[in-house]
Amino acid sequence: MNSNSEKLSHAVFFALALSSISALVLITVFILVQGAPIIAEIGLFKFVFGMTWAPLKGEFGIFPMIVGSVSATIGAAILGVPIGICCAIFLAEFAPPLMRNIFRPAIQLLAGIPSVVYGFWGLIFIVPSIRDHLGGPGLSILAGSIILAIMILPTVISITEVSILALPSSYKEGALALGLNRWQTISSVILPAAKSGIIAAVILGIGRAIGETMAVIMVLGNAVALPESVLDPVRTLTTNIGIEMGYAVGAHRQALFATGIVLFVIIMVLNTTAQYIARRK
Amino acid sequence: MGDISQPKFEIRDLKAYYSDREVIHGINLEINKNEILSLIGPANSGITTLLRTLNRLCDLNPESRQEGEVVLDGKNIFDHDIVVTQLRRRVGMVFDVPTPLPLSIFDNVAYGLKIIKMSKADTANQVEQALRMSALWEEVKDRLSTPGMSLSGGQQQRLCMARVLALEPEVVLLDRPCSGLDPISTARIEESLMEIKEKYTIVIAPHNVQQAARISDRVGFMLLGDLIEVDTKELIFSDPRDQRTSDYVTGRFG
Repeated sequence: MNSNSEKLSHAVFFALALSSISALVLITVFILVQGAPIIAEIGLFKFVFGMTWAPLKGEFGIFPMIVGSVSATIGAAILGVPIGICCAIFLAEFAPPLMRNIFRPAIQLLAGIPSVVYGFWGLIFIVPSIRDHLGGPGLSILAGSIILAIMILPTVISITEVSILALPSSYKEGALALGLNRWQTISSVILPAAKSGIIAAVILGIGRAIGETMAVIMVLGNAVALPESVLDPVRTLTTNIGIEMGYAVGAHRQALFATGIVLFVIIMVLNTTAQYIARRK
Repeated sequence: MGDISQPKFEIRDLKAYYSDREVIHGINLEINKNEILSLIGPANSGITTLLRTLNRLCDLNPESRQEGEVVLDGKNIFDHDIVVTQLRRRVGMVFDVPTPLPLSIFDNVAYGLKIIKMSKADTANQVEQALRMSALWEEVKDRLSTPGMSLSGGQQQRLCMARVLALEPEVVLLDRPCSGLDPISTARIEESLMEIKEKYTIVIAPHNVQQAARISDRVGFMLLGDLIEVDTKELIFSDPRDQRTSDYVTGRFG
C-alpha cells in the first residue's frame, strides 16, 4: 500500500520533471531543424560574418547584428556591473539592517518591471535626452546600454551579495583581528574570496542583457549597419527576430531561426561558463 | 614600555551586554606582562566575550555594548581617540576554528605585513620568523606557495598563529585554539606558547582544565559572567578559595 503510493508519487514527479526538460529538447530540436538548413545552404562563415541582411534579395548576413548585440551588452556591463557590485558590497557589508530591508525588496522589484515598460520609459525619457544633449538620433547603443544596465542590476546585485554573504565569517573576523580596516578587509579578503561568485553574477547579467528583446527594440533604432559610435543605432540578434517574425516566410523565416541558433549558442556558452566558474572553489 | 610592575591590561568593573542581556557582570582583572593567563569555565561563562572585548572585536556585533574600563598600558581602549585597527594590531587574536585566508601559506602570514607596507625583503624574513615561532616552519618551508587551506587542521591553526605573530602584537588572545586538534598539534602549539611568552602577553581560553594546568602562569575561573577567582595555577589547582572553582577543576561539573 505504502510502497504503491510512493511509486505513484515518484512517477508523477518524474513525469512533471521530464516535461520541463522535454520543453527544452523540443525547442532546441525545433529551431535546429528550422534554422540549420539555411546555414548549411549559405555557409556558416558567410551567415555569421556576412555584412548584408536583405531578405528580399536572399542575402542573409548577420554580422552587423552580432556587433549590435555585443556592443549594447558590453555597454550595459560597463555601466551596470560596477554599480551592481558596489551596491552588493554596500548591502552585504555596510548597510544597517533597516536600510538593507528597504533596498533588497526594492532591487527585486526592479526585476519585476516588465521589459516593455523599461523600453517605453527609455523611449520617452532617455532617447530624447541623448538626442538633445549628445546629438545623433537618440535611438542608439548608448540608450540601449543604459536600459540594459538597469535591467541587469538585480541579477548582478543579488548573486554578488549572496556570494559575499556565503563566505565564512571567519575570513572577515580573521582579517579584522589583524588590525585591517573595513575597506582593506573587503578589497583584500572578501572580494578575492567571493571572486568566482562575482564573475558568475557578471556573466549571468551579460546573458540577461544579450537575450533581452522588447526593451531594446524600442530604444536601439534597429538599423542593420555597423555602428561608428555609441550614438549610432544598431539592431541586435534578438530584435532582428522580434521585428521580422511577423511577415517572414520561406528562407527568410529559416534565416530568423538561424539567428536564434546563434543567439542560443552564445547564451549557452555564457551560462555554462558562469556555472563552471561558480562551482569552482 | 612603561613600568615593569604595571599590568599590561587592567580591567575595571567591566560589564558586557548583548542587547539587553548582561553576559559579564562587572569583572575586575589585571593581566601582567609576559604571563600566560588562562581563563577557564564552563560554556556561557563569558570567556569568549571577554576575549573579544580586549581587542574590541565585539564591536562587530551591533547589539553588543560594554560598560566599565579596559586599560591597556594606562589607556582605556573604549576612549574615543582609540584607533581600533591599531588596537587590534597590538592585541592579536587566534580563533577556535582555524581561519586561513584563501591564499598561499606565505601570503597568509605576509598578509598583515603587506597592509602595513613592509618591504619585500623584510616581509620574507618576518614570515620565516613568525612561522618558526609558531613551530610550523620546518613543515612548510618547502611549500610556501601552496594554499593555506591544503594544510592539516593543526597546521592551519599554527598558520593563523604565525599570521598574528608576524605583526608583532603585544598581547595575543587565543580562544580555545586547540579545540579541534590532535594531541601532537596541541603539544606543538603549547610549546610555542611557552616559548613566545617572553616577548608577548598571552591570554588563552584553553580547551580543557588540563591544558590550563600545563601552560599557565595564572588561571582565572569564570562562571556565568562572573570571575570567581584568579590566582597562580598552583593555588587554583591545589587550594582554591571558592568551592565552585574546586568543583570545576576536579571535574565535578563543566
